[in-house]
Amino acid sequence: MGVVIETQNLTKSYPTGAGDLPVLHGVDFTLESGEFTAIMGPSGSGKSTFMNILGCLDRPTSGVYKLLGEEVAKLSPDQLAHRRLHYIGFVFQGFNLLPRADLLENVSLPLLYARLPAQQRKIRAMEMLEQVGLAPWAKHRPSQVSGGQQQRAAIARALVAKPSLILADEPTGNLDTQTSDEIMALLSRLNDEGITLVLVTHEPDVARYAKRLTRFRDGLLVEDSPVLDRRRP
Amino acid sequence: MLAPLTIEAIRAMIANRLRTFLTMLGMVIGVGAVVLMLAVGEGTRITIRKQVETLGTNLFIVLAGFQQASGARTGSGSRHTLTEADGKALLELEGVALASPVVNNNLQLVAGGQNWNCMVMGVNEMYLPLRDWEVASGRPMDALDVSSAARLVWLGKSTAKELFGSMEPVGQGVRLGQVPFTVAGILATKGQSLDGRDQDDTAIVPLSASQRYLVGSRFRGSIRMIMVQADNPQIMTSLQEDMRRLLRERHHLIDASQDDDFFINNMSSLMETAENMAKSMTLLLGAIASVSLCVGGIGIMNIMLVSVTERTREIGIRLSIGARQRDILTQFMLEAVLVSLTGGLLGLGAGAIGAWLVSYFLQTSVFITPMSLILSFTVSAGIGLFFGFYPAYKAAGQDPIEALRFQ
Repeated sequence: MGVVIETQNLTKSYPTGAGDLPVLHGVDFTLESGEFTAIMGPSGSGKSTFMNILGCLDRPTSGVYKLLGEEVAKLSPDQLAHRRLHYIGFVFQGFNLLPRADLLENVSLPLLYARLPAQQRKIRAMEMLEQVGLAPWAKHRPSQVSGGQQQRAAIARALVAKPSLILADEPTGNLDTQTSDEIMALLSRLNDEGITLVLVTHEPDVARYAKRLTRFRDGLLVEDSPVLDRRRP
Repeated sequence: MLAPLTIEAIRAMIANRLRTFLTMLGMVIGVGAVVLMLAVGEGTRITIRKQVETLGTNLFIVLAGFQQASGARTGSGSRHTLTEADGKALLELEGVALASPVVNNNLQLVAGGQNWNCMVMGVNEMYLPLRDWEVASGRPMDALDVSSAARLVWLGKSTAKELFGSMEPVGQGVRLGQVPFTVAGILATKGQSLDGRDQDDTAIVPLSASQRYLVGSRFRGSIRMIMVQADNPQIMTSLQEDMRRLLRERHHLIDASQDDDFFINNMSSLMETAENMAKSMTLLLGAIASVSLCVGGIGIMNIMLVSVTERTREIGIRLSIGARQRDILTQFMLEAVLVSLTGGLLGLGAGAIGAWLVSYFLQTSVFITPMSLILSFTVSAGIGLFFGFYPAYKAAGQDPIEALRFQ
């Protein structure tokens, strides 16, 4: 099994008026292909910052982050965009769908940036919507469907360019318990199909869907252990 | 790539209908003003050109000099220095196509119960071709009419109407002063001259007949002016010099200190001056209108900056799913160009309607050149690109994580 993510002594600090504010104090973390880990920790523990760095949205202040063996710090903005497009799929707490576009267009958006022809975009996006059970709602706008459906559309969008890694930042944070379970069942199924998953959550029930638990506190990785009482859908 | 981005741009424009409309309005007014002003300028140029051309093309007018008596100088053409023979000599000159001496005087014309005073010109058979003047009915003047001093008259449209009304004048008798003439032809309409005279209020007779019956000249064969047409416009300057040399020689002005006793006016330079005037007027009008076009462009930039700020989160989403900076730049540029082009096209329509209104209500001739249409279209696209660039650049340069956090 290949190593998908590897960080060594990763630090991040934000410049403020009163000097630099450190958020990550040196994180060593390795994720192998096919893993499913849940990152937990209180607010301000640095888990979201860590996720953003993993997702190539933010750059570390120091330390090494290797994505599929490549050092991310050395990549140009265009190369970073390429990694975000083809290697990584993002799922956000607030779904982050474009309000003016329908679900089909939202899901096919990454393929537009991948320069796929219109016909192929449509076919691929429709396939993804079918996989997440949203085919009948393809022509609906995000505001016309439920939160759970929006999140499933967001997952379809994250998957459409066939990334090997999905980063889900509090994907169930805005959903009720039953819908949360549906979303987690979907993510579990994707992991079973071979996709590597990193999940940030502060709900222990949600975290138990993962195979591995990583805990952050005050910018440090304080616990990294397998989940013993794993929930299965 | 562009097609779905265009759809998104149109969607964004529709989502902010009023704002888009007002932004476009700036462009509509700007482009409309440019189109209208250029049309007015061009219309003026064409009007002036037409008026100058009624005189004839590639023309020189050679006038007799002035007299000086006890310090008082008479006007040009008053001295009897120019002769019919000068006219014949000029015709021999290389590069001269046609030449006709002109004598004129005002006479009372009488026909039937009507009478009318107008300018009667004595000319030779080359005069009408030289002035591109057609004969509407009857026959043109020929060399025989001139050599035989035939008592024939060709009437301008206005004069014919004053004398004969709706009657057919050709073949009718008309008295010029005391002398009976016969109407040989009616001239085609020529319209107003540059100074507003009605060129159709005139009568033309053979030069010889005029000299024999109408003009009481003390010096036989002396004439006021000679109209000369050059073969082509390129030789006008050199021909003018040749004509001057010839006339000085003929008038025995050997010493260089002696002034010319004639004037040579180059009529094409008059046309050039008039055209240049009209051109600079067009340019001035266009420049003034361009200011409003520029203001329209600034309006686009302003709204695009607002739009970029409003859609910061959307930019963050796009960046997070793999859009490159270039993709974001393209998207916002496209939107700006689309607004300015749509505004520009509507502006073309507005300008055309404005031009029609001006020509209809102010009775001014306006002319929309294809060039001005292409120009406004290109300029409005250019304005979209120019004023859209900075906002789009700002959008593309967003930090993905900052943009995603933007509420």
